[in-house]
Amino acid sequence: MKVFITGIGAISGIGQGGEEHLASFRSGQHGLGKITLFPTRHDVPVSEVKATNDNLKERLGIPRQQTLSRTALLGITAAQEAWQDAAIATTNGLRVGLISANSTGGMDLSEQFYPLFREDNSRGRLHHVASHDAADSTERIASYLGLTGFRTTISTACSSAANALMLGARMIRQGLLDVVIAGGTDALCKFTLNGFSSLMIVDREPCRPFDASRAGLNLGEGAGYVVLQSEKSLHKSPYAELCGFANSNDAYHQTASSPDGTGAWLAMKNALEIAGISPEEVDYINAHGTGTPNNDASESQAIYRLFGDRIPPFSSTKAFTGHTLGAAGGLEAVFSVLAIQRGIYYPNLNFTTPIEETGLMPVTSYSEQNPIRTVVSNSFGFGGNNTSLVFRQINR
Amino acid sequence: MFEKAVYINSIASIHPPVSEPADRIPGTRLKAEEPDYKQLIPNAGARRRMSRIIRMGVAAATRCLQEAGEAWQPDAILTATGLGCLEDTEKFMNSFLDNDEGLLAPTAFIQSTFNTIGGQIALLLGNHGYNNTYVHRGFSLESALLDAALLLAEGKASRVLAGSIDELTDTLYAILARFGCWKNAMAGEGAAFFLLSDQPSAASAVQLQAIDMISSPEKPGEAYLHAFLKRYHAEEATILYPEEYKQYSGEYPTAMGFGLWYACHQMKEKGLPAILLCNSFLDNHSLILLKQA
Repeated sequence: MKVFITGIGAISGIGQGGEEHLASFRSGQHGLGKITLFPTRHDVPVSEVKATNDNLKERLGIPRQQTLSRTALLGITAAQEAWQDAAIATTNGLRVGLISANSTGGMDLSEQFYPLFREDNSRGRLHHVASHDAADSTERIASYLGLTGFRTTISTACSSAANALMLGARMIRQGLLDVVIAGGTDALCKFTLNGFSSLMIVDREPCRPFDASRAGLNLGEGAGYVVLQSEKSLHKSPYAELCGFANSNDAYHQTASSPDGTGAWLAMKNALEIAGISPEEVDYINAHGTGTPNNDASESQAIYRLFGDRIPPFSSTKAFTGHTLGAAGGLEAVFSVLAIQRGIYYPNLNFTTPIEETGLMPVTSYSEQNPIRTVVSNSFGFGGNNTSLVFRQINR
Repeated sequence: MFEKAVYINSIASIHPPVSEPADRIPGTRLKAEEPDYKQLIPNAGARRRMSRIIRMGVAAATRCLQEAGEAWQPDAILTATGLGCLEDTEKFMNSFLDNDEGLLAPTAFIQSTFNTIGGQIALLLGNHGYNNTYVHRGFSLESALLDAALLLAEGKASRVLAGSIDELTDTLYAILARFGCWKNAMAGEGAAFFLLSDQPSAASAVQLQAIDMISSPEKPGEAYLHAFLKRYHAEEATILYPEEYKQYSGEYPTAMGFGLWYACHQMKEKGLPAILLCNSFLDNHSLILLKQA
C-alpha cells in the first residue's frame, strides 16, 4: 500500500512555511545569530526561530497567560500548517493519528523551574515543570488540532522525527490508520547547548558540512511536520510519495559514528530496498551533514560505500537551519518534498575543500527545475540510531 | 487486530518486591529490587559508567534474552519510558548550574538521552537491527508493543525485544508530591522486557492478541471493556485492573510493563485462558488482551 504526502509545515531560523524557507535557500540567507532566548556564557552562533513565545502564541490565537513550552509552540505552529495544507475537509470516517518527536521535551520551561526548586523544594512554579515530559508537546498539538485518535511520541535523539515519519508510513501500510500527521519539534535550551558544548562538537564559527576544515555543528531549533495519507483516503493530488524507510543501529559507540558508516549505509540501503529503487535512481540526498568531523566522515563513507563512483548530488541544509535535533528529520522531510515538487538542489553553505579520504563534493548553489524524482533524506542520532527516508515523485 | 500472531516468548522484570505485603499507604515509595548486576552486565567498565536506570534496563533486557535460552540476536530492539533517565538529566543540569556553564563532563548529558538504554542494548549485543524509543506517558510501552507487532507482520523481524523502564528519584517524588499525586497512589518504578515472536517457543504460554489506546479524561467504562472483549471473541477473559498490579509496582508512566509481566505470570499460575490488562495514566488509557497460546 502506498503512502502519500499531502501537507507540509515548517518553522526554523530561516522562516515559517515552505515559501519563506525557499526564499532563504535561494538567497543564501542562513539563520545563524547570537543567542537571545536565555542568558548564557556560551558565545556561539545558533539558529533561533525569529519569534518570541508571545509572538508564536499570538499567531496561534493562544492566550498569553497560558503556559506552553516553546517545544509545544513550535510544534503546534508547524503541525497546524501541515494540517491546513492537507486541507482535509472532513475527518469523518477517517482514522487520523499524530506521531510526534522531540529530543528534550519541555526542557525550556523545566530550566525555569529547576534552579529555584533545587534551592528549596517548595519553590519553582509547577506549571513550569508540568510540560517536562516528551509527550506534553504531542498532547498539546493533538488538543490544538482537535485530534482525538492515536497519538504517540518518539525520542531517539537527532533521528527522532525521521522515525516518526517511518512509523506513520508503516501504520498506514498496515491499514491501522488512514491519515497521520508526523514530524518533530525541538526548542533551543541551555541543557542541549551545554550538552553539545561538553562534547566539544559545537563550532564557534558557522558550520561547514562536508568540508575538510569542518569543526563542529551549530545548534538550531524548529519544527517540521508532514501529513501522510493512504491512497484510499486521498482527496487531492499529493506532493510526493514516502516510499522507503529504514532504521539501523550503528552499534559502535553511544555518541560517535563508526568510521566505516555501517549504520548509515544499512539505513540507506534498506530504505531503498523497501522502496524498490536502485541507488542509481537516486537524484538527490539531503544528508544528515551536521558539520562535526565524525558525522560527516562517517556519512561520506556510507554514501561512498552505497553509491560507489555514481554519487548523486547531495548537500546538508544544516548550515542554514542549524542542527534542529529532534525536529531535523521533519524539517528535512519538508525540504525533500519541496525538492521533488520543484526540482530543487539545496546549497551546502561554507564548503570549499573536500574531505581527503572520500573527496565528496556537495552541491553548493541553489537551483530549481532539475530532474528530481527520488530523494533520500538521512537522520542520524546518538545511540547509533540511523534512519533514512526515501521520497518519490508521483507517477502521472 | 494483528496480521500475524504475536507470542510473548520470554519475560523479565525488575520491580519492587511482590512477596511481602507492602505497607499500602498512599505516598509510599516502592523501590525496585535490583539484581546482582555482575552476572547480567559482566563488562565492569560499562557497568560502572551506567546510571541506575540504565543498569536496570540493560539487566532486564539481558535477563529476558537469557531466559529465552537462545543464542541469536533479536531482529529489533524497542524501548519505552515515560520520563527517561531523570538522574542523568538532573545531574547534568546541576553540573552546568554549579559550574556556571564552564567545562563539563559529557557523560550525564549523553546518558540523559531517551534512547540511551535502547542504544546501550544494541551496543552490548553488537546489534544493527531496527531500534526505536517511545516516550508517550501511558502509551509508551503500548506503542513499542504495537511497533513490534507491525515488524512481525511486515516479515522484517521474527524476534523483537521490547521493554519499558522508569526510575523514581527524590526530585521526581518531591515534584509529584506537590502536584498531589501521592494522595491516592504509591510511587513506583521498574524495568520489564519481553521477547516477542511470530513463532511460539516451547515455553511460550501467552499470545498478545490486541492493544487499544484511548485518549480521554474519563476511564473507559465496563461497557467499553466488554465491547472490546466481544470484538475479539474473548468474553471469558479475566479483567486485570490497575489497582491489582499497582499495589506491587506503584504508579509510574510505564507501570504497564510490570502489569504485563504480572499478567503473564497470573495466566500460567492460575491457568487463565485470557486476561484483559487495563491501565490508566493521566488521560492515556490502554488495554492489552492476552490469550493462552
